[in-house]
Amino acid sequence: MKYSSQAVAKPYFIFALILLAGELLFGLLMGIQYIYGDFLFPLIPFNVLRMVHTNLLIVLLLFGFMGATYYLVPEETESELWSPKLAIITFWVFAAAGVATILGYLFVPYAALTELTFNNLLPTMGREFLEQPLPTKVGIVVVVLSYLLNVSMTILKGRRTVITTVLLTGLLGLALFFLFAFYVPDNLIADKFFWWFTVHLWVEATWELILGAILAFVLIKVTGVDREHIDKWLYLIIAMTMVSGILGTGHHFFYMGAPEYWLWIGSLSSAVEPLPFFLMILFAYTMTRDRKIQHDNEMALTWAKGTAVIAFLGAGVWGFMHTLAPVNMYTHGTQLTAAHGHLSFYGAYVMIVFTIISYAMPILRGRPHGNCKAAQKRELTAFWMMNIGMVGLTLALTAAGIVQILDQRVGTDLIGFMDSQASINGIYMVRAGFGALVFLGLMTYFTSFFVKERA
Amino acid sequence: MTERITKSMAKNIYYGGGMFALLIFIALSFDTVHQIPKRSNQDNMTESVVAGKKIWEKNDCVGCHTIVGEGAYYAPELMNVFNRRGASDEETFKGYMQGWMAAQPLDIPNRRKMPQFHLTPKEVNNLADFLIWTSKIDANEWPPTIEG
Repeated sequence: MKYSSQAVAKPYFIFALILLAGELLFGLLMGIQYIYGDFLFPLIPFNVLRMVHTNLLIVLLLFGFMGATYYLVPEETESELWSPKLAIITFWVFAAAGVATILGYLFVPYAALTELTFNNLLPTMGREFLEQPLPTKVGIVVVVLSYLLNVSMTILKGRRTVITTVLLTGLLGLALFFLFAFYVPDNLIADKFFWWFTVHLWVEATWELILGAILAFVLIKVTGVDREHIDKWLYLIIAMTMVSGILGTGHHFFYMGAPEYWLWIGSLSSAVEPLPFFLMILFAYTMTRDRKIQHDNEMALTWAKGTAVIAFLGAGVWGFMHTLAPVNMYTHGTQLTAAHGHLSFYGAYVMIVFTIISYAMPILRGRPHGNCKAAQKRELTAFWMMNIGMVGLTLALTAAGIVQILDQRVGTDLIGFMDSQASINGIYMVRAGFGALVFLGLMTYFTSFFVKERA
Repeated sequence: MTERITKSMAKNIYYGGGMFALLIFIALSFDTVHQIPKRSNQDNMTESVVAGKKIWEKNDCVGCHTIVGEGAYYAPELMNVFNRRGASDEETFKGYMQGWMAAQPLDIPNRRKMPQFHLTPKEVNNLADFLIWTSKIDANEWPPTIEG
């Protein structure tokens, strides 16, 4: 560790991993409730399980991004963090707010929660992924602003690099687009339209900048490739992201009440969306081929390459599968969307958090050359368990989506939603099985932290 | 291929291309906001419809159902439930909704369960009005069939 203030990243990483365990656990519970409708009912209805599952994902990724930022910004700017104390205070505020919100979901009926948290003052609750009570949403804004202040001040007083510029642009975008979470028009369609400004422009635009910056940082560190070269790739990747991703928002506007021109604009732009992810694969593998150093932490590079490949599969291939308007007519609102959502969030964002943790945590724990071979071997086993589990459950959800479309939407002998779901039950069992493999993979990963170093 | 592209070229594509895309996006967004009232028949958006949307949000209905194709995939699509369960007739649908909401959760072992939300008859009526209004939105011919 070159700068002592980088140490503030550690609690962020640890907490992100704890939240990930919670996220997977609730995912598993949902997987079981899908098959046995009485499971946990009425104790925890499905919508509550799902809220906890998705909100934990969002919050763990924010913790991961923040940890990554606090780790890499001092090294990039060649200066200590502006205020390590603020970073620690922010950590506790965010952690407390996050835990309180999840407990609120679990122990207070949602309708009562809306009343308890002054939702009538400014109704923002009850929308997918943005279910958080008003105080939590305000808390997120405060936390993100203090984080942005800390990062900006550090960047302003230190060396400027392309990585920090791209990262800061992504973070500013993240903060800006979250503000749409406070705007809820009475008209359902206007509501949905602006809802996507937060949801899509986070995951398919600004977060990709953050992803690119973290990936570039780790690749510089573990391959030793010249920064000029890395910068060029980073610009190229994010250029393709912006060109395709911003207008790609249109693929959500096909069949939700927006005008027809989005059918064309959304289809054409999002057909290009796999390209930045494909470039990411080329980037990771070319840098590996041209590497100047052989870093002892081999797992960090494995995660970096894995991120590029699985992100391309999940976001690129599974996204393209249903992004053309005529196809989306049949796939819109089916399990195919869930399949794409699972593999893309895992591949692009959960895996980049694993990548930076795999690189930075050993250093934060006083192991500049990475963990010992035995620990890395354990981590590699976990890497494959989680990847195979995620790809497996994505394939199962894809099969479920296809059956659902054939049952409800194609041909003449159509059956209803509930009958169709009953016919998919076997596939949902396979899905739950692969989900369990992902969870076991994460547990295996956790044990790799406790493999004893040989003296 | 990447040898021929320099860092400054890549940078220019990023800023130029990004700005260009953003400007088109903003322009089209203004146009969309302008068109939404007509496409969604905003004139028919009565107080009861708005109250129904609030009830929809307050009970996190989107945590299980989809509406206009968005939401969770645990329970049926509700954009066209007015046509599916109410035969596109307001009286039929409202009667159905009162009975259906009161009967939850259904006592069928291991069927997916909808909680009992304890809505008043007036609130169920608001919710029904909201769903009726939603069924008439112009969503480019979606959903493809009545089964949703």
